[in-house]
Amino acid sequence: MTSALWTHLVKDLRIEWRSREAINSMLFFALLVVVLFSLAFSPRGAFSQEISGGVICVATLFASMSALNQAWAREIRHQVLDAQRMAPTPGADLFLAKVMANFLFVSIVQLVLAPVFLVFYNLRVQGQAWQLALVLPLGTWALVANGTFFAALSIRSRNRELLLPLILFPIFMPALLAMVLATGSILTGDSDPTLWIKMLAGYDIIFTTVSLLLFDVVLHAE
Amino acid sequence: MKKLAIGLYLAITAALLAWGFYQAIYVAPADAMQGEVYRIIFYHVPSASVAFLFFAISLCGSIGFLAFRRNHANWAQIADAWALAGAEVGVVFCTVVLITGPIWGRRAWGIWWTWDARLTTTLVLWLIYVSYLLLRRFVAGPQMQTLAAVLGIFGALDVPIVYMSNRWWRTQHPAPVFGGDSGSGMAPAMVTALMWNMLAWLLWGLLILGLRYRVERQQQKFAERDAQVALEA
Repeated sequence: MTSALWTHLVKDLRIEWRSREAINSMLFFALLVVVLFSLAFSPRGAFSQEISGGVICVATLFASMSALNQAWAREIRHQVLDAQRMAPTPGADLFLAKVMANFLFVSIVQLVLAPVFLVFYNLRVQGQAWQLALVLPLGTWALVANGTFFAALSIRSRNRELLLPLILFPIFMPALLAMVLATGSILTGDSDPTLWIKMLAGYDIIFTTVSLLLFDVVLHAE
Repeated sequence: MKKLAIGLYLAITAALLAWGFYQAIYVAPADAMQGEVYRIIFYHVPSASVAFLFFAISLCGSIGFLAFRRNHANWAQIADAWALAGAEVGVVFCTVVLITGPIWGRRAWGIWWTWDARLTTTLVLWLIYVSYLLLRRFVAGPQMQTLAAVLGIFGALDVPIVYMSNRWWRTQHPAPVFGGDSGSGMAPAMVTALMWNMLAWLLWGLLILGLRYRVERQQQKFAERDAQVALEA
């Protein structure tokens, strides 16, 4: 781990520790989505086992939008981003630090949300529960890595808060599908999620690599 | 001379479109199992092929732009115009595919839509390129072309992954008609009709693509001139 990456990471964590903006807003938003879905579909029994995987993934997805936008909007103020463009460190460090910080935030939100979720949807995990500890981080990494990249891409547009979901959601679809199917099959215990876990891992590797390669292009686009 | 060539191309394209229509509706025999509704394939398949070809052109344009933008500004502008034209005309053809497909599916399968590998891939492809066009609308200034090129590459990368993930999930779209297992293939008269339509729609698509490319190049030149005037004032 290079020192530049470490500096960026510590800075982001410290800002979050002092304000707790991202985690609090994400947590509340995700909670709202879970409650809304539960009102809209009134899930019971086997039906709630089937849809809950999708609900938790979509709740995370929607909730992370605000945090991802904030991550770069913060850098725009006082021309911090311009300073970072001039800094003699590779942009990949900055990108990776942001991804790691956001990954931590979203994971905390998921951990806090999980018990609430189990209660509201009356869930019993019928498959291998430990596999969830593989699926959720992999899916979250896919979301956060792509989200951070596209947030950096859309940050200089006119209506950036609007643009991020518009360009992120289509690209994220295969990962969402794999994440939903894997969580669903673990919760219901009907089928084996190994294939989907592998697919998520592959998606993570491919898109993280390409993001790292292309991040400098986005950062220095003029 | 150039005008004559364009006029000739236009005339050939129009004649081929008419000939393709005649082949598809009057010459090709009705399908043994599906009856008349299968004729939609003569519009569905050519549009899909043209859409995929144009998305590939768009990807090449995006890569070309990123490669040339530092050293060959003029080439980069040309590549960017191809990227935009390919994406825009490709979205139009992809829309035709997405409209004709459900019309056929309703009769043949009894349902409008299903989340099958090829259907989902085409839909996601359409969504990705619409988001690409939105990005080009929303971002102002010269950085737009770079950002759009990056998104274009990401989008193209996503397509095989979407396809594989859906193939593992479920597949309902008819298996490949050509070069598939025994029982695949078409009656010769149908193949002829399909090939004529492929050619006609390809020529038509290339014509629209070329026009869109010309318009974009003109707009680039106007923007350049405006920037020059603003600098001198």
